[in-house]
Amino acid sequence: MPRVNYEAPTSVEDAVKILAGASGMAKVLSGGTDLLVQLRSGRIKPDLIVDTKRIPGLIGIREEGGFFVIGAASPGVMLSGHAGLEHAWPGIVEGADLIGSTQIQGRASLAGNLCNASPAADSVPAVIAARSTVVIAGPGGRREAPAEAICTGPGRTSLEKGEFIVEFKIPKPKPHQCDAYLRFIPRTEMDIAVVGCGTNVTLDAGGTCVDARVVLGAVAPTTVIVEDAAKALIGHKLDEATLAALDKAAQAACKPISDKRGTIEYRTKVAGVLARRTAAIAFERAAAR
Amino acid sequence: MSKHHVTTTINGEPMEYLCEAQQSMLDVLRDELGLTGSKEGCSSGDCGACTIICDGDIVCSCLMLGVEAEGRAITTIEGIADGDKLHPVQQKFLEHAALQCGFCTPGYIVAAKALLDQNLNPTEEEARYWLAGNLCRCTGYDKILRAVMDAAEVMRAEAGK
Repeated sequence: MPRVNYEAPTSVEDAVKILAGASGMAKVLSGGTDLLVQLRSGRIKPDLIVDTKRIPGLIGIREEGGFFVIGAASPGVMLSGHAGLEHAWPGIVEGADLIGSTQIQGRASLAGNLCNASPAADSVPAVIAARSTVVIAGPGGRREAPAEAICTGPGRTSLEKGEFIVEFKIPKPKPHQCDAYLRFIPRTEMDIAVVGCGTNVTLDAGGTCVDARVVLGAVAPTTVIVEDAAKALIGHKLDEATLAALDKAAQAACKPISDKRGTIEYRTKVAGVLARRTAAIAFERAAAR
Repeated sequence: MSKHHVTTTINGEPMEYLCEAQQSMLDVLRDELGLTGSKEGCSSGDCGACTIICDGDIVCSCLMLGVEAEGRAITTIEGIADGDKLHPVQQKFLEHAALQCGFCTPGYIVAAKALLDQNLNPTEEEARYWLAGNLCRCTGYDKILRAVMDAAEVMRAEAGK
């Protein structure tokens, strides 16, 4: 690999100082499962790597008030091993758990998946569907932003120089609220989403949807929050007419590309199918609690 | 650029080494420490030939920097056997002829050992998913799965379960 400098600060303040003061390109390292591949292939040529894993709190999950607070560099294996999080948000854990192999799960993090800014990132749709926010540290102090504000295009984020994500704040579910994530790939494991869909619904005691968020991945330059899909669900039970409206809204929100994983037409069709299937799972889960 | 001084534990032994920031853990193991059991296959985290255990979790050592090992506990294929006594996974790979060229074998054995450390009674499906990040271009996987499932049985018997 090309030569690079490495720093492993032990506080958020030091990390900001190092990132903000870097003269050339500085990259944040959490699990490294994307960064090291890009470094080795020459796609990026950073002068400095800042490893955030030595900062207290960057790895770990805690419950604080009405939130799960997940350290930005927490690996996938930690999410799937957290019984409380898995019970609350099975869709978020399913999405994170689908990334790569067991070996990748030992390293890959939520913040890395979000900031790598692939439209096909598996952990992102369900995190956005849960109305999660991220806490960002930077030269101006700390700020919070909705998770959907981070990725602005393939490989691009809204983070300014010197900024990095410290943690995710994921609100705990309300009564009768739950989620689901599905992705379509042509095999059973170790692939990148052709389409991904995260759906989060809140029902009333009678099973009618009172709130929803439907989020699609891999069908546009960024993850897409499908407002019309949520509108199709809210005020309804999951009957055939509702599913048909949901399918139509999801398809209408797609602006995909054709590539080796799928054509525009195929991705669009599958987006509708996954919206229906995730809604069915999320409704069933929400009704059961 | 100065080298980084790293203090770590490898296969139960305290270890110190110097490395450059861009050297992967795999490079350090093979080129600096002479531990050449871990193999370099794809160098992109797809094949699992470089699998090691870092603080209890399996990782691709090609996707970890050598400097990141500071203060961690690393297990490589060289640390799986107990002296001359093979680990049940190693023994069963031999008995089932679960290897041909052998290039992927260290990664498989480390990954399978880590599975059985946390689950002595995996279903075949669980074992297949666990090992989905290890590629073998010779055996067709069937003998590997049989060896892992058989090793699990031996380990359950040893543990009295």
